[in-house]
Amino acid sequence: MLKIKDLYASVEGMEILKGINLEVKPGEVHAIMGPNGSGKSTLANVLAGKEDYEITKGEVIFEGEDLLDKSPEERAKEGIFLSFQYPVEIPGVPMVNFLKTSVNEHRKHKGLKELTAGEFLKLMREKMDLVDMHTKLTNRMVNEGFSGGEKKKNEIFQMALLEPKLAILDETDSGLDIDALKTVANGVNALKSPERSTIVVTHYQRLLDYIVPDFVHILYQGKIVKTAGKELALHLEEKGYDWIKSENGN
Amino acid sequence: MEEQDKILNDVTQGEYKYGFITNIETDIIDKGLNEDVIRLISAKKEEPEFMLNFRLEAYRKWLKMKMPNWAYLKVPPIDFQAISYYAAPKKGPKYESLDEVDPELIDTFNKLGIPLEEQKHLAGVAVDAVIDSVSVKTTFKETLAEKGIIFCSFSEAVKEHPDLVKKYLGQAVPVADNYFAALNSAVFSDGSFCYIPKGVRCPMELSTYFRINAANTGQFERTLIVADDDSYVSYLEGCTAPMRDENQLHAAVVEIIALDRAEVKYSTVQNWYPGDKNGKGGIYNFVTKRGICRGVSSKISWTQVETGSAITWKYPSCILMGDNSIGEFNSVAVTNNHQQADTGSKMIHIGRNTKSTIVSKGISAGKSENSYRGLVKVMPKATNSRNFSQCDSLLLNDTCGAHTFPYIEVGNKSSVVEHEATTSKIGEDQIFYCNQRGIDTETAIGMIVNGYAKEVLNKLPMEFAVEAQKLLQISLEGSVG
Repeated sequence: MLKIKDLYASVEGMEILKGINLEVKPGEVHAIMGPNGSGKSTLANVLAGKEDYEITKGEVIFEGEDLLDKSPEERAKEGIFLSFQYPVEIPGVPMVNFLKTSVNEHRKHKGLKELTAGEFLKLMREKMDLVDMHTKLTNRMVNEGFSGGEKKKNEIFQMALLEPKLAILDETDSGLDIDALKTVANGVNALKSPERSTIVVTHYQRLLDYIVPDFVHILYQGKIVKTAGKELALHLEEKGYDWIKSENGN
Repeated sequence: MEEQDKILNDVTQGEYKYGFITNIETDIIDKGLNEDVIRLISAKKEEPEFMLNFRLEAYRKWLKMKMPNWAYLKVPPIDFQAISYYAAPKKGPKYESLDEVDPELIDTFNKLGIPLEEQKHLAGVAVDAVIDSVSVKTTFKETLAEKGIIFCSFSEAVKEHPDLVKKYLGQAVPVADNYFAALNSAVFSDGSFCYIPKGVRCPMELSTYFRINAANTGQFERTLIVADDDSYVSYLEGCTAPMRDENQLHAAVVEIIALDRAEVKYSTVQNWYPGDKNGKGGIYNFVTKRGICRGVSSKISWTQVETGSAITWKYPSCILMGDNSIGEFNSVAVTNNHQQADTGSKMIHIGRNTKSTIVSKGISAGKSENSYRGLVKVMPKATNSRNFSQCDSLLLNDTCGAHTFPYIEVGNKSSVVEHEATTSKIGEDQIFYCNQRGIDTETAIGMIVNGYAKEVLNKLPMEFAVEAQKLLQISLEGSVG
């Protein structure tokens, strides 16, 4: 599904990613952990196509095609979904309009008929249950006045609507209390399928109690320095990131 | 980022789609301005003496006036002798039926999407179309006449309803109100006139389309709307012009008079040619729009979407004379490339318990300058009056400017005046968020800008709101950076 080969990326002349290699197969859940500033969010944003980053070396193949050539909206329509760490507010734009435009852009790309307002509302109601989303939120403007937890729920709700092939969850657990965390994790798990892969970017192990990864990678100073099964996250929780730092000569 | 700029620039610099020139035979008088020219205009229009005197008085006052320079605008010198003050499509000024109209002219209005054909009247909009200086066709007149509503060209009103014109002309905008109003009063050639009798609710939207076609002419139209006691009318105005390299002057006057409990809604979508992307050409738009709420509990609301003109100087205002009268101003002003706009409103509270609201949304892109200028004046006797003003500015890049000049004068202690202002920049993060959901940059900007302007767009009549939304998208998507 996704193959990252020797990827280097920098922002404003500063190198952040220094040779990432990663392969994600259909149905797999990969967790990427690491201390602050190790490049986790950069990796997520680079995959989604944020233009602030310059790719200096390497390649990313998604579903057999060069991903880095594509615009952010093309990547989205081909099945890459980024759940944002800080979802932005868009005043004056109703959630419903935003979501309908988004869903229909995806449908057009797949050669499907666009949904009418009625059809869309029906689809929306089905998906709302997944993350316990309320109409009081969908009736508002995009993310406007949402609490931290509501914003994250809204991200997973959008993921449910768009049914991506690869979901990248960027620090989805940050700022969530334990109940919200469970709701969000349940949403993610409900969407799990043999075709759908997930990359969970997180600082803490606690989200991985609910979204169980097949692989855990530790990103440190722009490189993946360790890869193992889910037990690695627990090990990390116990020993802290200092253990990685000392192993890598700092 | 570069990619985004590219898309934005492509879209922003999209062609002005109303820029065509119509080849119709035009009756045009020589350039220049003097008393003889004014007499000639008046004679061509076979006006009664009071009109000629009105014009001459205005002209003589204008000669002593200076062009205002207080606006935040760079206006190149205007040579008033290099303009022709009267241009009209030949073949008779007014037509009885569409068959008599020059087919080129019909074609022009079709290109502009203006419903002149009789069948389209069923859509329920009565139209007065003004090309260059004269009104060429007013539709739906008979249906309106049944209710006693007068809706016709200004010239016709002068001939057929001189008493009404004489009574109300210059009431809201006196002859020498300001430099451009005085010029208009001297040379105006046509426009629309509308009278709604007592107790009548006008059953359809009334609409005027203005079009400048001939080269080297100015357009000086005059609109007068009188709403008698307990009446209601909603009025729409649209404007376009061909693309020409030289600048053209447009100095219009709109007067509204609302009597007891009358309500007038005036909506404008102004899309004069804004000049090319280097700032060449475009219309200089110096317009005086003012309404008087003369009667008790009367209401006048101005709603405008301004996307055109190289220079806009325009402050639709309300004089709230009647007790409990209400004034509203809702505006979206867009500037792009080298456009300059200094626009806003004046609310003058004279009667007791008068209320006014100002909502101004400025959107700046390219290298443009966009200013809001507003005056809220509460007279000592206007007790218990209220004003709420909200002025928001949205910047699409770092090379444009947004400015706010609010003036507030409150003459008594029982009145409340509130002013809120915000400035924001369209966020790359907002656009990326949309992109990541599969929405391209063009659509995203359209969505964000329309969201920002929605409060005002919602005030427009349906068919106009759709047009305005499209217009925003066309004239704006661009220059985020």
